[in-house]
Amino acid sequence: MKDNVLMRVAARWNMPFLIIFALYTQTHGELGPGGGFQAGVMIAAAFIVYGMVFGADDMQRIVPRWITDLLAALGVLIYAGTGVYCLVQGYTFLDYTAINPANPGAGEPWGMVSVEWGVGITVAAVMMTIFNEITEGTLPGQEHDKSDTEIVGKA
Amino acid sequence: MNGILLIDLILLALVLVAAVATVESRNLFAAAILSSIYSLLMACFWTSMDAVDVAYTEAAVGAGISTILLIGTLVLTGSRETVRKAVHWPALLLCLAVGSVLIFGTLDMPAFGDPNAPAQQHALYEGFTGQNILKAPGSKAAEDYEAYLATEDAAHSHDGEHAHDEHARHDYFHGHVPNQVTSVIVTYRAFDTMFETCVIFCAGIGMIVLLRGRRGNPMKGGLL
Repeated sequence: MKDNVLMRVAARWNMPFLIIFALYTQTHGELGPGGGFQAGVMIAAAFIVYGMVFGADDMQRIVPRWITDLLAALGVLIYAGTGVYCLVQGYTFLDYTAINPANPGAGEPWGMVSVEWGVGITVAAVMMTIFNEITEGTLPGQEHDKSDTEIVGKA
Repeated sequence: MNGILLIDLILLALVLVAAVATVESRNLFAAAILSSIYSLLMACFWTSMDAVDVAYTEAAVGAGISTILLIGTLVLTGSRETVRKAVHWPALLLCLAVGSVLIFGTLDMPAFGDPNAPAQQHALYEGFTGQNILKAPGSKAAEDYEAYLATEDAAHSHDGEHAHDEHARHDYFHGHVPNQVTSVIVTYRAFDTMFETCVIFCAGIGMIVLLRGRRGNPMKGGLL
């Protein structure tokens, strides 16, 4: 698809808008519709569309696999870490009162934001991992064994 | 007929057409795109039902990422379906049985737009409740809702003259987050959501363990 001008321009010019909209969804998760999950999916979609057009190798030059591996774990750690912080402060697990005991209502958004970032980071990283592993060695710019493609058609 | 109801019916009819076309299509690329259209139509329908969060997820996940992943998979498998088998009767019967049980389950749920449904009863929802009910003006639900509004107004007029101004309404939140969906997901059911995140993490680990390096350099470029 790399040689197709339309695909190349579409993939390149959609990326910033998708990422900015994803960040908007992420940061306004506690106020409007959406949240970490949707934002993570959109960020991943921006990179995956790029990867489909320019090849997974090009995508992995921007987001190497060791980074997605790390981020997938980091997101879960942020989520669980928020809970452990509340636990250490003497409240129950994930009781956001711990963040601002004087005004529980005002502390709640901070807890929710941190948890949503955890979800968003994990989802974005895992979606990119799934794409990387599914398409390994098959997209343009990589070795592609033609005999594999018609397995379903012949069977 | 009510205009919004008409739009809902048209959307649902299109959803049905998209679903049947997805199943019937022999070209798998076409089926992937049709399922994406199905998700997009469902997202429009959820928006019309005031379920914006569900619509958002449907659009991002159903129409977006799953279509991309399906197409990524089709690069591997090829885009033609094998010769189709005749109808598999046990599978059809099982689907029908499970479907009827699910429909039977929904009979216990409150009617569409019922003002007495638990979800509509909290003071927070005062501003949102009317929208679905007004799709069927003159119905029992709409009458009940108007009566409910009248009693609420009476109760508030005893509280003082500021009861209905915007500031007083915001006071319901006591500084809490006003988005009820996110509040339920990451506060009330935070533990639940944490393990959902863990499930996604496990899916990623599964992909890495099962597929990484099978077709190219073993363990190329990753941590594991």
